[in-house]
Amino acid sequence: MSSLTMRPCGDFRTSYKQDNTIFETKTIKNIAIITIALLCSAPYLVDAYYLTLFIQISYLGIAALGLNILVGYTGQISLGHGAFFGFGAFASAWMNISFGIPVVFCIPLAGFLTMGVGMVFGLPASRIKGLYLAIATLAAQFILEDFFARADWFSGGSAGSSADPINLFGFAFDTDESFFYIALFALVFMYIWGCNLMRSREGRAFIAVRDHYLSAEIMGIKLNKYRLLSFGVSSFYAGIGGALYAHYLGYVSAEGFTLFMSIQFLAMIIIGGLGSIKGTLMGVVFMVFLPEALEGGVGLMKMTEWGNIPMVVDGLAYIKEMAIGLVIILFLIFEPEGMAHRWGQIKNYWKFYPFSY
Amino acid sequence: MTASILNIEQISLAFGGVKALTDVSFSVKQGSVFSIIGPNGAGKTSMLNCISGRYRPNSGKIIFDGKDVTHLRPNDRADLGMGRTFQNLALFAHMSVLDNIMVGRHHLLKNNWLTGPLYWASGAQKEELAHRRKVEEVIDFLEISHIRKSIAGTLSYGLRKRVELARAMALNPKLILLDEPMAGMNLEEKEDMARYILDLNEEFGITVVMIEHDMGVVMDISHEVMVLDFGKKLISGLPEEVMADPYVKRAYLGLEEEADVKLEEVS
Ligand SMILES: Nc1ncnc2c1ncn2[C@@H]1O[C@H](COP(=O)(O)OP(=O)(O)OP(=O)(O)O)[C@@H](O)[C@H]1O
Ligand SMILES: [Mg+2]
Repeated sequence: MSSLTMRPCGDFRTSYKQDNTIFETKTIKNIAIITIALLCSAPYLVDAYYLTLFIQISYLGIAALGLNILVGYTGQISLGHGAFFGFGAFASAWMNISFGIPVVFCIPLAGFLTMGVGMVFGLPASRIKGLYLAIATLAAQFILEDFFARADWFSGGSAGSSADPINLFGFAFDTDESFFYIALFALVFMYIWGCNLMRSREGRAFIAVRDHYLSAEIMGIKLNKYRLLSFGVSSFYAGIGGALYAHYLGYVSAEGFTLFMSIQFLAMIIIGGLGSIKGTLMGVVFMVFLPEALEGGVGLMKMTEWGNIPMVVDGLAYIKEMAIGLVIILFLIFEPEGMAHRWGQIKNYWKFYPFSY
Repeated sequence: MTASILNIEQISLAFGGVKALTDVSFSVKQGSVFSIIGPNGAGKTSMLNCISGRYRPNSGKIIFDGKDVTHLRPNDRADLGMGRTFQNLALFAHMSVLDNIMVGRHHLLKNNWLTGPLYWASGAQKEELAHRRKVEEVIDFLEISHIRKSIAGTLSYGLRKRVELARAMALNPKLILLDEPMAGMNLEEKEDMARYILDLNEEFGITVVMIEHDMGVVMDISHEVMVLDFGKKLISGLPEEVMADPYVKRAYLGLEEEADVKLEEVS
């Protein structure tokens, strides 16, 4: 949640349009444009390994944005987001294989299809809340997992399903370098989509339902519609994220889309900041880099003389797994409002430096 | 004779054994300020909740603007032009003041989950800005432009009440229901609020149904007053008429002797 908005002095708004921008200041807008421009040249500058990390960030990030709209902005809960992500992956591959629809169209279509499925499983949301809703979405997770394993016609069953690369005008985006651009475009597009959604009618309705559903209803907002729609939009994002994942890897298997994945999505948005579009990405970056950083740490340890003792090496592997859980717990305790909130505070600190206290 | 915009016909409402309202009927004239007074627990808020749709009365009818709205959901009543504020603040605490008031435009806006995100291409931006202009008019009217970017939850009590009024006004209501709009305010804030209520009634022609404990304000700005007691309508009429009632005098002005007479009559 943004606290007081601090604008540099001299930055006066002369129209409502200027007052309504996604970017708080011109500087921030410029930084964003430069960052995107720099990212565009990344395939020529950095190691392919980092490109794969970025691609991961973008498909997970898109899905996490959706979950934040549901959880952070509308105040509902879902333990089935991983399954919706998986549904998008299978659906896109399935439409491409079974109907020969070009992959570029399959991806948004998978978004819409997943949206429909998400809304069916979101139906209980109009009646139940909190823990009960959590359990209902947990059921969605297991039902979909079971469906992936059994519906051979859709998912290829236990064998999984292959997914063709995106092909545009005869050019196949089948390398890390080329897919990177698809990932970047999709992420920026869905990010802006989210920002615009939240600053227009439906986004305000979501927040109103979260903050005070009784007065939201008095203000003319159909509660059931928005509780359901937020499941829809959130699954739409999950579906698009999943479809990108499928056509990046070239192969989808049912094993990946477990409850653990759903919980990881939740961790991302909690760490990044509930109800923050920007924070969502911070959380995803954090969750993608954390295992890498821990891996690096373990690697360094192994190089020292300690690395020769098998017990230590095994122990480190365990610690790595635990550390992820530990970090999440630490975040919940010390940074419950997430990275976006802390980021805002740091920014304000420097704005007023040296008069910050 | 002006037409009535709101007709309440024999409303009864009970919570288990508690009879919050018993057979209450009244009508509110188009363009008037109608005040409901009565002691704590008399059923005033329950009455407003029935009108705005939060409570379903057990029996009776509510006719708003010629339509039977008894079974409509609250959001449908908003569409018909009914706005309200709450006794206990009910702003969207994490939203800015501006967004809170923009929510009031919800039923007038057309952009949806697909056109909203396509902001520039779909005309959503144009629509948002047009309604922003309307919202700014309300903001100017209620003199809250200095806090339009503040987060609603951080404001003082008096300001929050004013923002709530702004949000209800943004609905473009024909009828506005105010539940103790001046409770907990200091004298200056009360005077301001009374002026806003008068102005919104006179300038915008919005009919006002208001619950208020401050008798001075009620006497000053209402065209008609109704007294509720233990869920029953005691009396209604012009402010002077109602104040002349011995029971009301005792309850509100502490005129002991006359009230005793009334009580004897009752018992
Ligand atoms: N949701 C509810 N559930 C149970 N009882 C209720 C409910 N709402 C109101 N009541 C009861 O109905 C009666 C009337 O309450 P109401 O809030 O309408 O009074 P009021 O006139 O607004 O009082 P106040 O001046 O204190 O605001 C009270 O006895 C109250 O306890
Ligand atoms: Mg009350």
